[in-house]
Amino acid sequence: MSAVDQLFQELKKQGQKAFMPFITAGDPNLAFTSTLLKTLLRHGSHICEVGIPYSDPIADGPVIQASYTRALAHGITLSDIFEMLRQTTPELAAPVVTMVSHAIIYRAGLKQYVKTAKQSGVAGLIVPDLPVEESKPLQQICQAENLSLIQLITPNTPRDRALRIAASSTGFIYYVSVVGITGERKQVPQSIKDNVGWLREQTDLPICIGFGISNPEHIRTLAPMADGLIVGSAIVRRIAALDEQSEAEVLQDVEDYVKTLMVAISGC
Amino acid sequence: MARPKLRASCHVPDHAGRYGEFGGRYVPETLIAALDQLADQYEQARHDPDFQDRLSDLLKHYVGRPSPLYHASRLTKLCGGAQIYLKREDLNHTGAHKINNTLGQALLTLRMGKTRVIAETGAGQHGVATATACARFGLPCVVYMGEEDIRRQAPNVFSMKLLGAEVRSVTSGSRTLRDAINEAMRDWMASVENTHYILGSVVGPHPFPRIVRDFQSVIGQETLAQCNDQIGRLPEVVVACVGGGSNAAGMFYPFIEHDAVELVGVEAGGRSSAAGEHASPLTYGSPGVLHGSYSYVMQDQDGQTCDVHSISAGLDYPGVGPEHSYWKATGRVNYESCIDDDALEAFETLAKNEGILAAVESSHAISTAMRIAGERPADQVVVVCLSGRGDKDSAEVARLRGDDDS
Repeated sequence: MSAVDQLFQELKKQGQKAFMPFITAGDPNLAFTSTLLKTLLRHGSHICEVGIPYSDPIADGPVIQASYTRALAHGITLSDIFEMLRQTTPELAAPVVTMVSHAIIYRAGLKQYVKTAKQSGVAGLIVPDLPVEESKPLQQICQAENLSLIQLITPNTPRDRALRIAASSTGFIYYVSVVGITGERKQVPQSIKDNVGWLREQTDLPICIGFGISNPEHIRTLAPMADGLIVGSAIVRRIAALDEQSEAEVLQDVEDYVKTLMVAISGC
Repeated sequence: MARPKLRASCHVPDHAGRYGEFGGRYVPETLIAALDQLADQYEQARHDPDFQDRLSDLLKHYVGRPSPLYHASRLTKLCGGAQIYLKREDLNHTGAHKINNTLGQALLTLRMGKTRVIAETGAGQHGVATATACARFGLPCVVYMGEEDIRRQAPNVFSMKLLGAEVRSVTSGSRTLRDAINEAMRDWMASVENTHYILGSVVGPHPFPRIVRDFQSVIGQETLAQCNDQIGRLPEVVVACVGGGSNAAGMFYPFIEHDAVELVGVEAGGRSSAAGEHASPLTYGSPGVLHGSYSYVMQDQDGQTCDVHSISAGLDYPGVGPEHSYWKATGRVNYESCIDDDALEAFETLAKNEGILAAVESSHAISTAMRIAGERPADQVVVVCLSGRGDKDSAEVARLRGDDDS
């Protein structure tokens, strides 16, 4: 059982939904990321998704893409990121999973990446460009190291395929709320309730919803049908304000923002 | 120890889109349904005589195929060796081989009932060819193009607009072809239900590399037949330039199982062999994942895509189609690279001796073919794929030569 599995078991007992922020490693530097992780998890986030910057992220919208560009412009490397995580995760009361392109995992070597992630206190991987057909080798390695390999299902995934993805996913299922890229949106689509409701009957895995979630209204709409919600671009956008604001101001802004979402989610 | 090489097969890719170990599909789940639909519809279209007749008719009456196989006798004399023949894809409608693919994919768009087309472009040739096919079929068209390429290839930008396409400038990353592909993919992520992405090269996730190769194979098929007609046998050597690799794939594929024919792919050698100074992943790179496919790529040790350089916008790409990686691994095709200066010299030599302005992309292949021809006896034949015309490059070549009056 991975730390992700344990978390969702615990939350289930408490009748609590998971709040899962996404942040970009090294945006704008790793010391800030470490501070931000501690801040987010101290204020009640249940699990944190850390994006590994990638030069060609086709699933990401402009906000996250720009954060990757900022991080890479400062010459950040994978080993720097893992070193920061190795030093930070022991102080965190909640698990960290990495969102990472297969291009990076492949170059590092599948075994090597998973081993180093494990040693750095990472509990799971989300690989947005690794479809289920190609995921088996990585799945086996993650299983051996007791890391979760969280897979994604989208609104246009055919149902027979969704079953295969659910069967090969571990930790939780990442349900993508929209057909599109990451980024804030005004409304959440209606079809989502039917799709997630159906999926719920097919699997025992927790289902977390992400993409486009940015305000308490979204949270109140989606939380009742999910086990957790993922908020990315809305947080990363606030970090981009470091151009004009001090670290303390940005941390306070993120903290205040996350609090409003936490209030919404704990009422569901 | 080197592994014994397998013989390259024509019967690739397999159902998973693999060419040996290369290819596959590394894309977000959102795109999988569309790729499955495309693979399925393409398979049906391939066996549908109506579809094939419609495409053949367009290639003949709209594109002007077959394109000539031309004996470049003055260039041959100048090189002093083997006979040089040029496969004149530059004489196609829109001035390059790209139209072969865009018409095929436009027909697939209609077949799938999709109502909007997007494309990426580097040199602008694929953008123009896509805009042309879309105008021909009344499909709205958006072309993504890097800001740097918009500058280098201004004439093609005007053409696309005149043809009714919207050209969207891409300002992320290196502002070239690779970033244009990223932006097109992002558009497609959100628009996949009504939009077809007409990818312009033999790159990207399965089934694109296969579809583009098949539509471009008309180049090699005609060349085979023309060689038999005009010289009574197959050539000794066939040369083509390789960026993503579509003209080369289309030229080489019909020759793959004719073992006696040497195939030479020419990458962009840029300014030098130093990292960032060239665009030659098959020569200097290693296998990795980029734009949905496993193939040779220029990446750093973390898997981040490296910036690359080529004088030609169409070859300025850090990756290459997976089938080329397969041909390299099997040893069926030899890949080498040609530096900017040599390509420019070939551009001028061809212009002055044959009265043909070749695209700077194609000039890389011309340069290598001239060298090979010079090393061979006069009774041998070297065929070069002259993949596009060079009008689009005149201003940029003049600027580089310092002849720019503006």
